[in-house]
Amino acid sequence: MSGPLTMFDTPRAYIGQPVPRADTKRLLQGRGKFIDDIQLPRMLHAAFVRSPVAHGTITGIDVEEARALPGVIAVYTGADIAPHVEPYVGVLSHLAGLRSAPQMPLAVDVTRWIGEPLVMIIAQSRAVAEDAAALVMVDIDPLDAVTDMETALDPATPVIHAEMDSNLAWERTVDVGDVDAAFARDDVTVVERRFRFGRHTGVTLETRGAVAAFDPSEDELTFWYSGQAPHMMQFIFAKHLGLPEENVRVVSQDVGGSFGIKIHTYGDEIATALAAKLLGRPVKFVADRMESFLSDIHARDHVVDGRIAVDADGRIAALAFDDITGIGPFSMYPRTSAIEANQVLNLTGAPYVMENYRANAKVVFQNKNLMCQYRAVGHPIAMAVADGLLEDAAHEIGMDVVEIRRRNLIPDDAYPTQSASGMKLDDLSHHKSLETLVDAMDYEARRAEHAKLREEGIYRGLGLISMVEVTNPSPMFYGIGGAPIASQDGATIRLDAGGGVHVSSSVTEQGQGTNAILAQIAADVFGVPIERVKVTTGDTRTTPYGGGTWASRGAGIGGEACLQAAQALRDQVLEVAAVILQSEPGKLDIKAGAVVDAEGGAERMRLSDLARTVYYRGNELPSDLKPELIATRHYRVTDFPFVFTNGAMAAEVEVDPETGFVQVLNFWAVEDCGRVINPVLVDEQVRGGVVQGIGGALYEECVYDAEGQLQNATMADYLVPMAFEMPDIVVKHVETPTKTSVLGAKGAGEAGTGGAPGAVMNAVNDALRPLGAAIHQMPMTPERVLRALGKV
Amino acid sequence: MSDTRTIRLTVNGETGSYTVPVRQNLVDFIRNDLGLTGSHVGCEHGVCGACSIEVDGDIVRGCLMFAVQADGAEITTIEGLAESDRGAALRSAFSARNALQCGYCTPGMLATALDYVEAGGAADRAAIRAHLSGNYCRCTGYQSIVDAVCDVIEGRVEA
Ligand code: FES
Ligand code: FES
Repeated sequence: MSGPLTMFDTPRAYIGQPVPRADTKRLLQGRGKFIDDIQLPRMLHAAFVRSPVAHGTITGIDVEEARALPGVIAVYTGADIAPHVEPYVGVLSHLAGLRSAPQMPLAVDVTRWIGEPLVMIIAQSRAVAEDAAALVMVDIDPLDAVTDMETALDPATPVIHAEMDSNLAWERTVDVGDVDAAFARDDVTVVERRFRFGRHTGVTLETRGAVAAFDPSEDELTFWYSGQAPHMMQFIFAKHLGLPEENVRVVSQDVGGSFGIKIHTYGDEIATALAAKLLGRPVKFVADRMESFLSDIHARDHVVDGRIAVDADGRIAALAFDDITGIGPFSMYPRTSAIEANQVLNLTGAPYVMENYRANAKVVFQNKNLMCQYRAVGHPIAMAVADGLLEDAAHEIGMDVVEIRRRNLIPDDAYPTQSASGMKLDDLSHHKSLETLVDAMDYEARRAEHAKLREEGIYRGLGLISMVEVTNPSPMFYGIGGAPIASQDGATIRLDAGGGVHVSSSVTEQGQGTNAILAQIAADVFGVPIERVKVTTGDTRTTPYGGGTWASRGAGIGGEACLQAAQALRDQVLEVAAVILQSEPGKLDIKAGAVVDAEGGAERMRLSDLARTVYYRGNELPSDLKPELIATRHYRVTDFPFVFTNGAMAAEVEVDPETGFVQVLNFWAVEDCGRVINPVLVDEQVRGGVVQGIGGALYEECVYDAEGQLQNATMADYLVPMAFEMPDIVVKHVETPTKTSVLGAKGAGEAGTGGAPGAVMNAVNDALRPLGAAIHQMPMTPERVLRALGKV
Repeated sequence: MSDTRTIRLTVNGETGSYTVPVRQNLVDFIRNDLGLTGSHVGCEHGVCGACSIEVDGDIVRGCLMFAVQADGAEITTIEGLAESDRGAALRSAFSARNALQCGYCTPGMLATALDYVEAGGAADRAAIRAHLSGNYCRCTGYQSIVDAVCDVIEGRVEA
């Protein structure tokens, strides 16, 4: 790096170091505070009767027996709730043409997916509420269910929303260069594949949950929830329950996994808040595992027909694809279910130099649970399609898959530049990352070993992925579309009388270590030992406004706000210190909790003495000095829609052609997330993400039958990666700080989940190639592998 | 559904007698009646391991045992471990390795890992992974947990 020296050119005690998270101590002693741990006086419990059919007209609901059960306090149907809740519609104005239908917390008249909440029971305990739910009789006249997204737009398919002419929610086309001419060239090789990406879901270990309390004397709602975006929820409750925004407080404490599952607005949670309002008593709702499978947003569900043309030198002449994605009966509110398809169009092939690019996405309604943003939105599809086609093309023209990437990846010195789809790209390092990967995995040696093993009937394969990753989104992401979702975040940092520092930030903590990195930044920038930093996040009453956690923005946006606030507090403190010490601010510094001479470092005054003087003994200060020992700063990305990061990953697998089982033997991930604030946290984010990606590639699928019945809504039937079948994962870093901030941090949370599926798919195909077989469907279950091999 | 029984049991060294519905599972009793919320519920059907607790020296799934079945038993939860020295080395190793993210699986994971370590298990990554394979973690990639267990077995951490 060139340019003026910054704070990062001198050694730092905390930023960049593997400092342990303070939170782990608490969690390891069983002192976490998760939603179900909250007990309030007079608290009631909610349970929901959910739709047993995928599509039908509700003709009658009999709740009398349920209401009569001792311990039941209230029973609400959709009609009971409708007068109290303003309906919501999941559209964004910048996704031109996106449409959805008004939604209510409980279905009114028509039910549109298995698991849609129909009736809410409020009782003295969850057990009684469930007993009562079992006594509710709902009459439903079944309607034809739209389940196959590939035929959802056919004229013969029923239309889910009567007011619409078709089941199309949104369509977008990107068309750059002259794609048809490029495919028609006679010097190119064309490869065509159909990819299928199954529906899967987040399976957060802590299910969704909320405790709502309403104080009628002050018209105030407090909503504790297991979620990622407190300020967004504050707006939503105010708007849809008719409360002044300042009378709604949303608190999110420990969150037991989120991954985007807990960033949306769920009918059962709004209904819970409404029940608290109507009853004037606290109400708790915690989803059970079955409810989670039925109603937590699902993800992916795409069919992509893709084509690539490469010339004899391996250069990409054109890339084109059509994507269909099924989103359930509504576009999820307020983030919309069209963002994933939009990202697929934006990101596919984005690491590569490409002049001709055409992509079309159709987002369609169906009678299944809603599909929406989950970790690495659109990334697994984009990366698997581009790199799947590229690796297949490399084999067609007899070129090594690393070599073909070297020839097509955007050069590391080409930035700023833009992708074929028009995304602004800067500060990326595709080549350096690829070379780091190739070194780490000992690529050539492994290839040779595989060739030898193949002679013994052992089928191993390597698959790579080069990726870009969306992080640090700007207001161009949601704000421009009219959603109440902040892209900026704020931090307030205060010097306490005891000399400690208190940070409150609008980004939230779900285990990724937000609180720890904020403490690291505050401690280094302001100048106190990290043990003297306390961090508060996740409370709309006490933290600055901000977006919370989504799209890997905690470190890059929340961290930068914290840095700026810490610097501002430092200036404030030095101004006061200069007066007390009869010096000048520029001649002083703060180190290890004391004001020191900038030169020589001699201690002049403890911060605790300074703070006590300001807070308790103002009489000792000149009257024209008006000290402030608290500073707030907000930060947003301004000149880019997102700050992209990049990475390179590789999987090594062994496929058993007899059973169809795929074992991931090794995985390597190189990630360039800019400035690394805490390498242990980044490594573990990447590893956790890779394992989720391997889950999507090999195991996880929400299986529906033709009637729209979810077939595997238990943890015993829905497979997730467990310790035994996961490999050790090598993580390497390349650090190219983003120029958009002083801190230079980008996100790392999406990487593994976005990249691993494509890498695993490429590896499986590499292993299958000598057997004349290929698979482009995820999850790659043993049965599908055997089908690809022609064995079943 | 109001059938109840009175049971007597010792939890984290404290003995008491309690009247519980016969249909209540052990982890719900521990969390809701005793207020020991460290043990978690992830699936309530015996798959995820989040509710793992020690009952008479064995690791059991608190969601698969009824509270009435624990009559007379001696139970240790994560809170009980924290109050004793047991597991102290594992706790430091988990913290140093960041072998937990959201921490929701952690009480069950720690109980299962401690069971392995105290039984004299070897620092063999495949064996550790096999032992932990009934405990689901959605946040970590499991690797840091295996590292932490190895650190303790090989004496690399101080409690
Ligand atoms: S809650 Fe008991 S095993 Fe999942
Ligand atoms: S740390 Fe979140 S489930 Fe394990």
